[in-house]
Amino acid sequence: MSASELAHGQPAMRVRGLVTRIGGTVIHDGLDLDVHRGEILGLVGGSGSGKSVLLRTLIGLRRPDAGQIHIHGQAADPLGQRDGLAHRIGVLFQHGALYSSLTATENVALPLIEHAGLDRPEAEELARVYLALTGLDPAAGPRYPSELSGGMVKRAALARALALCPQILFLDEPTAGLDPIGAAAFDRLLVTLRDALGLTVFLVTHDLDTLYAACDRVAVLAQRRVLAVGSLEEVAAINEDWVQAYFNGPRGRAARTARETP
Amino acid sequence: MAEPGQLELSSGADGPEARIRGDWTLPHYQALLQQVRAAEPAAQPGTVDLSGLAALDTAGAALLARLLGPERTQALATTAPELAAERRQLLQAVAAARGRAAQAPEAHRRWRPGRAVAALGAWISQGAAQLHRALAFTGLVLATFASRLARPRRWRLGAVSSQLQRTALAAVPIVALLTFAVGAVVGLLGMTVLGRFGAELFTVDLVAYAFLREFGVVLTAVLLAGRSASAFTAQLGSMKANEELDALRAEGLSPIEMLVVPRVVALLLAVPLLTVLAVVCGLTGGGLVILLSVEAEPARLLGLYGEVGVSHYLAGLAKAPVFAFVIAIIGCLEGLKAGASAQSVGAHTTSAVVQSIFWVIVLDAVAGLFFVEVGW
Repeated sequence: MSASELAHGQPAMRVRGLVTRIGGTVIHDGLDLDVHRGEILGLVGGSGSGKSVLLRTLIGLRRPDAGQIHIHGQAADPLGQRDGLAHRIGVLFQHGALYSSLTATENVALPLIEHAGLDRPEAEELARVYLALTGLDPAAGPRYPSELSGGMVKRAALARALALCPQILFLDEPTAGLDPIGAAAFDRLLVTLRDALGLTVFLVTHDLDTLYAACDRVAVLAQRRVLAVGSLEEVAAINEDWVQAYFNGPRGRAARTARETP
Repeated sequence: MAEPGQLELSSGADGPEARIRGDWTLPHYQALLQQVRAAEPAAQPGTVDLSGLAALDTAGAALLARLLGPERTQALATTAPELAAERRQLLQAVAAARGRAAQAPEAHRRWRPGRAVAALGAWISQGAAQLHRALAFTGLVLATFASRLARPRRWRLGAVSSQLQRTALAAVPIVALLTFAVGAVVGLLGMTVLGRFGAELFTVDLVAYAFLREFGVVLTAVLLAGRSASAFTAQLGSMKANEELDALRAEGLSPIEMLVVPRVVALLLAVPLLTVLAVVCGLTGGGLVILLSVEAEPARLLGLYGEVGVSHYLAGLAKAPVFAFVIAIIGCLEGLKAGASAQSVGAHTTSAVVQSIFWVIVLDAVAGLFFVEVGW
């Protein structure tokens, strides 16, 4: 599917009237969100605003208490249809969540063996291509996650998320724990992969630099719903305390300046 | 339009020609790989026609890049102008990745006799290093303990009593129940075997000797090895994973003094106390079986128990602090050796339990031999 095809038609993901409760607390109340095909959408929000819960709901780890999630026009039932859907979404967890008993190469090869039915040598060969695609040093392939640095773990985990050629990629705090150089490289990698693979990317982040460097649109999660979604400038202009503090605080201004003077 | 990917080879004017058709995607990867492999031994196709290509994903691009080779993938802009720009980008990105991946050193894990010898040597030297470390740690704990002994204000009675509650008080029900049950079983065995000789009443001696000398202290030690050594390893290991031990050191506090010594002291008190409980419960369990089987007065039974020399009781109790020290040291040391991952904490917890039970039984056998030789 080419990028021109991706740009048209239904959104990659459509969320309508989502309600989630944890215990007696309402986390999301009538949340609506569209993610367009081929875009990188950044989700921001204060601590405890339910960003991670939303991500877990979207990828089907939590059942929503009400509302619908459609992925490529298809209702995403968290418990049914896992096989069909699991192939089309890739998830990068905050700490990578690499399987600690497998090497980096084996981590990427596992879904290829289990779902695509490849033999082990073929899967590992393809896995090495994925690892190189995410910019991991080839020498790191045979190493175990405990022997990899934080940035290498993120890259290997991204390769695993890409292994089944997903159309939508979910990233939870992709640059958290990376140094600024590694984080900037990760932002560029994300844009490159999106362009090359025609991916739709949904990422949860606190990193203002990532928002400015990589995201096409930004969604703000506040007051139990998506308060605003649009380009950075549109969102930053919204007159809401948290939004103003976030985008027009010292760090927000620094990140904006950094983009304007590359 | 979903048509499985295909590679058609034909011979053209300037060498073999390849026509790419259908979906080159992961579901067809296996079949396409066979076709690409079959095409490879022949000369590289001279021209590649990509106009029939339908869907393409990363896996399919990896195969195409393999078929085309790096030079022709880079030249796609001129040789295949009909190919969409983003597909060309994908192919070029994957081809570049393939090039980098090819530089990866292949992990050769072939078995050779030399490796086995090397592994044995590594195992032995590792064992020696472990022993060395355990002895050094023991010395460190003893030195820390001795240096604080003179200063009662630094005894950390709060930590000791909290550990004592967890290791001793909380273990009372399980120790009592288990030793009572074992005492009853020993009593039953004695009644069955000795009963054949009409010597039922000697079961009293059997139960008394067994529990005073061996079972009381060994059962307690094994239970605490499972209960407390594992707890110590898990506590210290997770603290280490959370960098709490580094934080203590950075603040100029000694983890040995703050964490290890209180645990060792608590266990040194807990095991003898629980051993007394274990002996009492074992004798009760055995005694109950004897009383129910033989028509004997409880007072007579107590009299028979009273005839057993106190030296047997002391021989058993003397082992308790030794076992306690070994269990506590192994538990704490394994916790400190744990790495940063939860997996490592788990592995060291298992190791702590296995090691402490092993050493309890080995030391008990050594002590048994020693006591027999000395005649205690």
